[in-house]
Formats: sequence, C-alpha cells, structure tokens
Amino acid sequence: MEIFVAKKAEFKVSDRRIVQSERGEIGVFHHEGAFYAYSNTCLHSGGPACEGLLMPRVVDIIAEDRTYQGQDFDESEMHFVCPWHGWEYDIKTGQSIGDRRQFLRKYEVVERGDDVFVIA
Amino acid sequence: MNAKTPNNVREVRFDEFSSSGSLIKAAEQAHKRNYKDFLIVDVDSHHYESESYGEIFKYIENPVIRRQALESASRGGRSSMLGGSVGYQDIGGRITRHWLRKHEKTEGPEHRDITTTLRWMNAMGVDYACLFPTPMLFLGTHPQVEIEVAMARAYNRWLCDTILDHEPRIISMLYLPFNDPEATYQMVRDFGHRKGVKGFMVTAPRYKPVHDNAYMKTYRLLEEMGLPISFHAAYNWNDQSLQLTNRFIGVHALGFMWFNMVHMTNWVVNGLPERFPKLKVMWIESGLTWAYSLMQRLDHSYKMRTSDCPSLKRKPSEYMREMYFSTQPMEMPDDPSILEATFKMINAETQLVWSSDYPHWDFDLPGVIYDLPFLSEQSKRNILGGNAARLFNLDPTPVKNIPPVGSFK
Repeated sequence: MEIFVAKKAEFKVSDRRIVQSERGEIGVFHHEGAFYAYSNTCLHSGGPACEGLLMPRVVDIIAEDRTYQGQDFDESEMHFVCPWHGWEYDIKTGQSIGDRRQFLRKYEVVERGDDVFVIA
Repeated sequence: MNAKTPNNVREVRFDEFSSSGSLIKAAEQAHKRNYKDFLIVDVDSHHYESESYGEIFKYIENPVIRRQALESASRGGRSSMLGGSVGYQDIGGRITRHWLRKHEKTEGPEHRDITTTLRWMNAMGVDYACLFPTPMLFLGTHPQVEIEVAMARAYNRWLCDTILDHEPRIISMLYLPFNDPEATYQMVRDFGHRKGVKGFMVTAPRYKPVHDNAYMKTYRLLEEMGLPISFHAAYNWNDQSLQLTNRFIGVHALGFMWFNMVHMTNWVVNGLPERFPKLKVMWIESGLTWAYSLMQRLDHSYKMRTSDCPSLKRKPSEYMREMYFSTQPMEMPDDPSILEATFKMINAETQLVWSSDYPHWDFDLPGVIYDLPFLSEQSKRNILGGNAARLFNLDPTPVKNIPPVGSFK
C-alpha cells in the first residue's frame, strides 16, 4: 500500500516525517536529496528510533605512526539516533552501528510528481 | 487508508516535551504485556533535585551554610558550593529528553516532580517508584563533610515534606551523609518513620570503609527498625584509578561496579552479615555481572584464607546470595544462557529487584525482565514487583494507570 507522506516542496532536506501504517510507525527522512524510510521501533528496547537527532559518524583520527590525534565527525556517514538510549543507525542503510549484523526494517519511498509516498 | 489524507503523518519537534509522550512506545509495551494485572515496583529512579535547589536550600538548618548555598545558587556558571561531576551522560545531546525536559508543561497544585514522575511511571506500567536524587549521587566526594550533612538533611526533609507526604506511589530510601557517622545515625533516627521512607541509601563513591566501627550503631538501628540499607553506585572520575580512563564509557562501565565491589568485599569479609543477620542489604545500579564474578573470586580465595575472615561461618557467596540486587543496567549477552547462569548465581527468584534508573541515559523498561525466555511468569512477577513489595512492605495490589495508547497525540 502506498501511503502519502508529504508534498516534496514542503518536505525540506534534513527534515523527517513519522507515518502511521498497518505495520506500525515508519520514519521517513529527507537526506541530501534522497528519501529513506525505516521502522520507527528501535531494535534495542522498542524506542522511537527515528525521532532523535541526526549525527554524523564520529571517528578517531589515527596518524601514519598509529598515534591518536583526536576525533572528528565523518560527514559522509550520517546516523540517526534513537533518543531513548542513543542507538545509532546509518541513514542510508538502516544498519545498527553498535551491532552491524542488525538492520532496521527498510521501506521503499517513491516520488510521484510533487508527492512523496512510502510503500508499506 | 486514503493515500491522499496526511492525518496519519506527523512531524518530529524539538521544542516541546512530555514524559508521557516520549514514552508512548513504553505504554504500548505495557498494554501488550498486561502489566495492569500485576505489581511493578521500580527500586531505582531519579529526579533532578538541582531544579529545586531554590526550595531545598531553604531547608538547610545552619544559617551560615544556608546563606552560602542561596548565594552560590544565585550566580550560576562560576564555582558553586556543591560543585559538579565531570562527565557527559547525555552522549553529546543524543539523549534528547535531557535537554528537552525544560519544555515539559505541568499544571495543578502538586510539585512538578510528582507530576512528571507519575507520567513516566504510568507509561511504563510502574505502580511504585523509589525516587533518588541525581547530582547528590556525587556528594560523598565533597571535601567538606559538614556540607554533605547539611545538604542531606535539607534534601531529605524537603523530599518528605514536598513529595513523599503528598504522593503514596513515590517512595524513597533516604540519603545518608556517610562521611559523618554520627549524622548518619541521627538521620535514621530522625527520618526513619516518615511517610514513604522505605530505607536508607549510601552513595557508593566515597572513601570511608563500611566496616568502620563508627557505623555499627547505625546498622543495628536499621536492623531493629526493619529498614534496608542500600548502596547506590556512581563513578568518580577524579578517583586515582578511574583517572586512567579517557572516555565516559570507560569510567561508567568500571566506576559503577568498582565502588560497590569494594564495599561488598569489605561488608562480607569483615563478617557484617554475621553481626547483623536480619539487616537487609541492597546493591543498586551496578548491573549483575559484578556479583557473579565477585562471588566466585571471594569463594576461591576464602577457602585458602579463612583466617582473613574468621567471622564467616559460610562461604562469601552464600551471604551475598541473601542480599538484594537491582537489575539496571542489566547486561544482555547474546547468549541468554549466560544471563540465566547469573540469575541462578544471585538467586534472582527472591533477591533480584527490577529498576529503571529513569530518566538517566541507560534506563531499562520492565521488558528487560518480562521478555526473558528462561523465566516463569511467577519469576517475572517476583523480580518486577513481588520481591520489592516484600522488601519495602508494600501492598501488592496494582495501583498503576497505564494511559490508553494514542492518548498522548
């Protein structure tokens, strides 16, 4: 079933919507011109996984000589963070960063003209 | 479902908050698991007493210290009388309730902390919650003993007058100013009979040993009154050993076990369970694996070094197995048989008591117990509420009011 999410013009980049479906809530993200949709139920303890902050991956900077040189954000890998406990997920894949064997259920998003739909 | 009707779509806002609304999914779990049918007691939850310092400081008995506290509170951002703890529990803002909570709206004559506490309790399906402070968890390392005593007395009196006297579902184990043994004894005498006081709590990060003779009359008094003593874990990043850690995950994982492991070891090897056989002892917020480990370590050494602890008539683990342990933060190994062994080791059926630690960053829901595959329904109910009801002498009839799902929107 296609569920209408929003008019694309009203769905700004870096914004999101939470959609109620018969399969439960779905979080739809608009990130860098593309749309991604995942189950809004965290794999950890069932929290609202899609309703927290967007945070880039944090990386340790390790020099050629293997010494630690501080930390930085890797802006090429954006995460969304479950606000209950901080579980992080890759916004492009739904992969759990703390346990990379696990993925949030992913839903397809389609654009028809100016309308954005999620298929659930 | 009409594909063109967006009334089933909502935005996510970061300028509003409610304890109920942020826990809609917890209420869904509570309904699905029929928590309404049985008692759930949370033995370790928190409020932020620092938000009420203006009220609490007025309860400080000594006029000089009271003046210092009120003056200190009026100029935030500089040095303060109580100091603070180094750390970043909210993971750089990722735990959004920590900074959104200022937007929560309350109304009515009751104290804001009563309103917000009942909201999250009902959403989770909790009947009774044992409420503890937050910044004061670190007060045991304050260099001025008289400040710890003054704040402990002021906070306890304020908590009794403002919260416990007015809301029967909120209970507490009151803070003991353990750096002053006489004041500790006096606290039990003065507050042990107040409404909602179910025992007394020692914050674990501190540097006075629990087997000091100065504490014996307090343990005796608690034993006579039938009130438990608990040790609430926390960390101290200024501790010389813990200073070796450079990330919060390190100081938290170790620190919340470390001080309770020291206190437990001293408690057992000095024979306090033999001296106070009816005193109920409880260990809070260290998880479970530390007890599983320490029981084996002490038993192994005890068999070779009985002369180090001649007061003991049984192995250390046998005494530990008669104490109470709170669940949170409950370790969840991939292989549940490991957790099952831990439960068996600590005699979870009668000694384990569920705790949320809400609203702190690593809180647990009742589901951490209810969803375990190796527990019977009766065992789940014992751990979630029955054991605590026995410990705190609570009526086992459920009094919770889980809000209907969808009522928050």
